[in-house]
Amino acid sequence: MPQPVTALIPRLREICGDDGVVTDPDRRRTYESDGLTYHAGTPGVVVLPTATEQVAAVVRLCAESGVPFVPRGAGTGLSAGALPHSQGVLIVTSRMRRILEIDPAGERAVVQPGVANLDVTRAAAPHGYYYAPDPSSQQVCSVGGNIAENSGGAHCLKYGFTVNHVTGLEIVTPQGEIVRLGGKAADAPGYDLLGAFVGSEGTLGITTEITVRLLPAPQKVRTLLAAFGSMDAGGAAVSAIISAGVLPAAVEMMDALSIEAAEAAVACDYPPGAAAVLIVELDGPASDVDAQFDHATRLCRDAGAFEIRTAADAGERARIWKGRKSAFAAVGRISPAYIVQDGVVPRTALPEVLRRIAELSAESGIRVANVFHAGDGNLHPLVLFDDAARGAADTAADVSGRILDLCIEHGGSITGEHGVGADKACQMPEMFSPADLETMNLFRSAFDPGGIANPDKLLPTPRLCGERPGVRTGVHPLVAEGAAEQF
Amino acid sequence: MTPDETATPPAAEALGASGAAVRDAAPADAVGGRVPRYVARPPDTAAAADLLAAAHRLGLATVMRGNGTAGDWGAPPDRVDLVLETTALRTVEHAAGDLVVRAGAGTPLADLQAQLAAAGQRLTLDPLVAGGTVGGAVATGLSGPRRLLHGPLRDLIIGMTSVRADGVTASSGGRVVKNVAGYDLGKLHTGALGTLGLTTSVTFRLHPRPEAQRTVSAAAPDTETARRWTRAVLESGTVPAAVELDRPPDGPLTLSVLVEGAEGGIDARADTVAGLMGGAAVAHGPPGPDWGALPGGPEDTLIKISVPIGEAARAADCAHEAARQQHTTAAVSGSAGAGVLFAALPAAAGAATVGAVARSLRAGLDGAVTVARAAPGLADDGAEPDRWGDVPGLDLMRAVKQRFDPHRLLAPGRFTGGI
Repeated sequence: MPQPVTALIPRLREICGDDGVVTDPDRRRTYESDGLTYHAGTPGVVVLPTATEQVAAVVRLCAESGVPFVPRGAGTGLSAGALPHSQGVLIVTSRMRRILEIDPAGERAVVQPGVANLDVTRAAAPHGYYYAPDPSSQQVCSVGGNIAENSGGAHCLKYGFTVNHVTGLEIVTPQGEIVRLGGKAADAPGYDLLGAFVGSEGTLGITTEITVRLLPAPQKVRTLLAAFGSMDAGGAAVSAIISAGVLPAAVEMMDALSIEAAEAAVACDYPPGAAAVLIVELDGPASDVDAQFDHATRLCRDAGAFEIRTAADAGERARIWKGRKSAFAAVGRISPAYIVQDGVVPRTALPEVLRRIAELSAESGIRVANVFHAGDGNLHPLVLFDDAARGAADTAADVSGRILDLCIEHGGSITGEHGVGADKACQMPEMFSPADLETMNLFRSAFDPGGIANPDKLLPTPRLCGERPGVRTGVHPLVAEGAAEQF
Repeated sequence: MTPDETATPPAAEALGASGAAVRDAAPADAVGGRVPRYVARPPDTAAAADLLAAAHRLGLATVMRGNGTAGDWGAPPDRVDLVLETTALRTVEHAAGDLVVRAGAGTPLADLQAQLAAAGQRLTLDPLVAGGTVGGAVATGLSGPRRLLHGPLRDLIIGMTSVRADGVTASSGGRVVKNVAGYDLGKLHTGALGTLGLTTSVTFRLHPRPEAQRTVSAAAPDTETARRWTRAVLESGTVPAAVELDRPPDGPLTLSVLVEGAEGGIDARADTVAGLMGGAAVAHGPPGPDWGALPGGPEDTLIKISVPIGEAARAADCAHEAARQQHTTAAVSGSAGAGVLFAALPAAAGAATVGAVARSLRAGLDGAVTVARAAPGLADDGAEPDRWGDVPGLDLMRAVKQRFDPHRLLAPGRFTGGI
């Protein structure tokens, strides 16, 4: 039988110090959710360790007591991966934020998990290097959280995910052991546990030290914005660019509704009348970038772009990106509430899927703004609704779920970068067979036989499954029936 | 002839019920010196699953084989009853517009590349061993020179279907490049030497074939110069696809840099690289067929050395010195840019010699040193070398093996820690 989490508090204070343990209900509630606020719950207790040994001691205590633990970085996740457990310990890494080493000759940085993503690049920049994975929240999200979620960003198309940039991890296993996987050298012998750990969403343990690859800063970056009269024309330009063998650092697309939102919010001054805007960024050796940039510009024009702007300097590049980067927040200007969905389709299925989304929108009366990483088919539909209108939230949740169905139907994925977390655990059976999920569970149990590491995340459990993710209001129906408990 | 002598043995019959072609094994089917009882060739994933389920029921130790080019990687299995040939699993589904291909494990890599080339694309994986299959590449996890820019093999795999020891088929990943749903079990199978399951198909991300290629080569007068050149090229912003080092037993250390990209920009990049390497020679076109080949002969012992970037040139020197102290020689080559090298010791070098060289390298270098492939009969003198050294996380690896193959039926003993 697991012990009540309160029984652990005196021991937790010994391990983390009085100021490293949060028991006050109001203070605990500040950790009630990650970036996906409609999944919320108060953690049993919060600890803020400063060293690996403290993390290990806390986890050992949890293991001995059968108490679950949930790791949390900066809390910017968008799949309720860091949703606290009401009877568990929330382990927050925000005090473990030292950059331990920048090693330009070895092209590596060694950091603690609470370090903000962008701070790695800031520390490497004076040496002419940077850290490539750049989720939109890179100013605040933690590297440890990026490891948990295998977070992407606009540059995944060319530079790959977090997992492609991590060569070493120190982890605390769910049994409280400190284990090193890899290091500064590539190809550690044995099973690639490091590769499988990245993206495991805190279900295999918690990261306490990270060795990442640093890349030399590109010689040149060039950016263009192309405006099209239709989404199809924009999509055709994306296909033409990729087919021609041009590998941009980023290819981002926005539809008319997201352009409208961005204009309202930040006056980004995109070409008037555009039904679709494409942002194409190339980086690399100067001579290569120039050759490919001209090629990409021609291809956009051939696909029907009625206006093409190229950035002459960093200021103009920032202006081109301004609308795109503000789009998520900007929809708040044109809608009281919205859901950010995260699905992936094969690039060639984009036109068909976007048409179907438009049909879904028309049928349901729910507006959907499309802002996405067009180069790799990662959609981020923004499903807009009025939370004051009766039933609107449910309809929006339904539309959001149907968009995921479309992604799966077209051979895609239910998440490209936000993770599964608590939010999409119940969608996993739509993408994976029972045998696939059972095999994943076998793997999980090798690390965590007691099932205490971030339970109820990533893999579906009978509890609370059988419905779509989305906005929650009121008491959960299964809770009301007494069939489930909600954390 | 009595009925007993003509009847198919029950085990063969049970294996054959899967739909696989089953035959008695011959001496040529030996794995690590052990001759199995049966060789089976399933026609598809479903039959492979039924075959492994039958082998599981019968308690048969099973080793997978593609074209047999990597059967001597890892330690010899403790026992082998069944060899499962993947050569019939060779479907190829190429989604050219998505730069993705799904290929059956038995597909020869050369055939796959030829098919992709027709569409102007490639799987950016250099063939270190000629004649290998997709499944063999995954099992050994071998990555060649172009790993520097495009990542090792495991970074190119976006989905995988495997059959567990108990015959259950499971997939992970998918068909899209950007996908973080579920555990990436494909990573576990990559380099696992078939000890966690039979990989039946793999989905890869592809790259367009580059418009232009240049190879810049120069012999370095000493190790320090080679280190300096490597560093200068890596940080130059010219973004080479590969920086390869070649250090034969006799002769100087040669560094060769592959530059790939747009026709309009390639000469400027290659000239920059050549300038950084003391005015090296620039060759046009793709590198030769031996590009990235493993050093030494097919029967030599291969030691894999992974070190921090910047240590590669010194590691090559260390390998030479360690070999010299054991009165043998080492041919060293590999990716200086990624810090992964192979050292070939002559087939005649015995287990004690190999063990001593590996120990010496482990003592002198950061990173990892493993005996990836031993010369035939290496362990016959009774002194099996420590092939793996200290492997952090070994307890977790054993726990994973225990979950996936609790009866140790898949290539038992072939992997680190006796897994």
